[in-house]
Amino acid sequence: MSTTTAPADSDLVRPAEVEEVELYHAKSFITKYIFSQDAKVIAIQYSVTATAIGFVGLVLSWLMRLQLGFPDFFSFIDATDYYQFITLHGMIMVIYLLTALFLGGFGNYLIPLMIGARDMVFPYVNMLSYWIYLLAVLVLLASFFVPGGPTGAGWTLYPPQAILSGTPGSEGGIILMLVSLALFIIGFTMGGLNYVVTVLQARTRGMTLMRMPLSIWGIFVATVLALLAFPALFVGAVMMTFDSLLGTSFFMPVIVEFNEQLEYGGGSPILFQHLFWFFGHPEVYIVALPAFGIVSDLISVHSRRHIFGYRMMVWALVGIGALSFVVWAHHMYVSGMNPWFGFFFATTTLIIAVPTALKVYNWTLTLWKGNIRLTIPMLFSLAFIVTFVNGGITGLFLGNVAVDVPLSDTMFVVAHFHMVMGVAPLLVVFGAIYHWFPLVTGRMFHQGMAQFHFWVTFIGAYLIFLPLHYLGFLGVPRRYFEMGDTSFIPESAATLNSFVTIVALIVGFAQLVFIYNLARSTTKGKISERNPWQATTLEWQTPQVPPGHGNFGAELPVVYRWAYEYGLPGARDDFVPQNTPPDQVMADGGGEVEPSPQPAE
Amino acid sequence: MKNMWIVVTIALVLVTVGTVAFHIWSPWWFTPIASNWGFIDDTIVLTFWVTGVVFIAILLFMAYCVMRFRYKEGHRSEYEPENTKLEVWLSVLTGIGVVIMLAPGLFAWNQFITVPEGADRVEVMGQQWQWSYRYPGADGVLGTTSATLIDEDNTFGVNTNDANGLDDILIEGDELHLPLGRPVKILLRSIDVLHDFYVPQFRAKMDMVPGTVTYIWLTPTRIGTFDILCFELCGIGHYNMRSTVVVEEEADYQAWLQEQSTFAEIMAEAGRNLGSNADVRLSENTDLSVTSTVTQ
Repeated sequence: MSTTTAPADSDLVRPAEVEEVELYHAKSFITKYIFSQDAKVIAIQYSVTATAIGFVGLVLSWLMRLQLGFPDFFSFIDATDYYQFITLHGMIMVIYLLTALFLGGFGNYLIPLMIGARDMVFPYVNMLSYWIYLLAVLVLLASFFVPGGPTGAGWTLYPPQAILSGTPGSEGGIILMLVSLALFIIGFTMGGLNYVVTVLQARTRGMTLMRMPLSIWGIFVATVLALLAFPALFVGAVMMTFDSLLGTSFFMPVIVEFNEQLEYGGGSPILFQHLFWFFGHPEVYIVALPAFGIVSDLISVHSRRHIFGYRMMVWALVGIGALSFVVWAHHMYVSGMNPWFGFFFATTTLIIAVPTALKVYNWTLTLWKGNIRLTIPMLFSLAFIVTFVNGGITGLFLGNVAVDVPLSDTMFVVAHFHMVMGVAPLLVVFGAIYHWFPLVTGRMFHQGMAQFHFWVTFIGAYLIFLPLHYLGFLGVPRRYFEMGDTSFIPESAATLNSFVTIVALIVGFAQLVFIYNLARSTTKGKISERNPWQATTLEWQTPQVPPGHGNFGAELPVVYRWAYEYGLPGARDDFVPQNTPPDQVMADGGGEVEPSPQPAE
Repeated sequence: MKNMWIVVTIALVLVTVGTVAFHIWSPWWFTPIASNWGFIDDTIVLTFWVTGVVFIAILLFMAYCVMRFRYKEGHRSEYEPENTKLEVWLSVLTGIGVVIMLAPGLFAWNQFITVPEGADRVEVMGQQWQWSYRYPGADGVLGTTSATLIDEDNTFGVNTNDANGLDDILIEGDELHLPLGRPVKILLRSIDVLHDFYVPQFRAKMDMVPGTVTYIWLTPTRIGTFDILCFELCGIGHYNMRSTVVVEEEADYQAWLQEQSTFAEIMAEAGRNLGSNADVRLSENTDLSVTSTVTQ
């Protein structure tokens, strides 16, 4: 079995089997940079749009924190606003920022470059994917301007309340939300099919699946999950739209609303929850798996060491992806579903902890005996491990059915998912942006500002979310506009909430520094050297930096080894790019030898 | 920065120590329990021990690596792509940790969903944004109900054709009372949107779903007055949907119960005939509560 990772098996490089397909060559400014079919431009479009809408989500979080931290102070925030803020904040961050950024942004930029392709296989569909995503974002934003405002149903949009009059935005807001989600899913499906087919069909010669960088593996598995999971949300959104507009009762039983009998009957609110979480749980991994993959590459490059246990890392990604489809009802232990499901879903959920823990072990074992450069991307990677471990272990509380009962719907849940799928993946996003910034722009970011951004974001985010877990133990519920008087919450909890709000505003400010750094460095940054991190993967081996149209020169690169050839004994450098011919590897000018320590069988 | 490794090592150690210290000395912890579900609390503490050890070990190992394997010019990392033995060992250890946490969790869940024989019954009904309660009355059996029967007098939608319901005691806009030390099955029902019945001191919660009847059970173990809060977002008044539960001695409980009105009394006062409602499909409030008949 060791042959799959053995770095020197150059016999895997087969002769080209098919002619290259001619690329689409844009001629005007509009076809080059606006209606562009180049995956790199589409990636930038996705990233900029996602970041812009992400800032809307960030501002919403400030407003809701102001209310939570100083409940008597900000009279312009009423309960309607508050519920609209939390709903839009959640939806924007999970779907329109993280999903779009990881798959539409990083996926588009990295997949063709890292697998040695000139572009995505369906460039036109790829372009459509972005424009439909933009339309989805605009429809979402439009809901702020309809009568009644955007929906305040919570990002989970549970019926019946989502479409009844007791919830803000139940007239126009919820419909626009559902339409926007449907558009997002259509746009994503176009992009997603593209990513999957490109990974499977367009890899350059020698780039076997088991030589692909883990970034690509993470994005690939996440895309497969998304293609299978999003349809459940799509049908849920369509059915709820029908319930609201056409008077069907898919999710609506007999309802007496404010002493008035409604025309509904026979539907099941819990059916929607099953559809939602059949999408919603894989969604967690749609965000997490690209982060897992990318952080693996960052840790390896900046530790100057191969990733530890590459094959295990690949199978863990695939295993986590598969298991993520049989755990969804752990979001529903107290939903009123048949309680016997609890035994099954608790067991599957805790089983996921094993491959996930292995990934954490292998990241730390990559650091072990490495030669660690504490670059900005490395700092973010280390911070990712800290927050991911912290957020991952609280998942073991919530996944363990009976343990979940007192914690469910408390601030513990809020703290858990922010740590594990908010803070941790975003730290990877930041690390990845700093890592690939020299490739995308040809320039280096400002070190001082990046250091400031890192320390404030990491320490700040940890100070925000660690204590919130303990409010959950106390029994402080989530989604409360104000706590008011209770017999069980001490005064000190309000003080803590004020503290958390202040830290949240500071962390928010640091993100402005981050954006300023990127904007300024794009034009004024120091010209970066080529391959400044001395990485092995193909995106750094392009003839032009930033990579030009078609990515590679006249000839596509040929891959001779895996993506993690760092510290190879006897080699000329401490890293060997994937496309360096075998006869140019060794210090003595000789051919590559079989590396000495082979993996144990 | 050349000495960055010192900063990062200290930061990682501080995060570890700070987290543990915060856990130990934080003033925020479980509100004291008032029900039989102490085993859930114990499982949480056990989970803290298992996961806490892993958290500390991983963070300190990272701190060690950052210090010990800091960048040295010309140095090379060790080349060992895989170590199957190590990976198997780590998997097995993690698996053992998972079993240690999962086994008591499943055990507790089995208790949680298994209502003891002879438990009392009380129904909690949620609507935007208030709580109502129904006791079975002298016959000890709750009458059947349907949301379609709800009107201004029959606010619970009790089936007037069902003799079991006539002596049911109805509490609207007032406290829930429970006797100390007696197991009670709390049947949960909603007539509009999702709600969730939760008393932090009881530790047990469950959503209330229109169209079906859900349940929890518990034994109150401490006399006192506790907050009832809605724990499932139910619209704009969600945060105001509150009530209180009074846990008291059996004698006090019985005395309180005697003062309350029955369904028959309430309907008589409103001048309504009993035994006259339309034939509708009714909830059965059986032990299969979660799957009991949907009203229509």
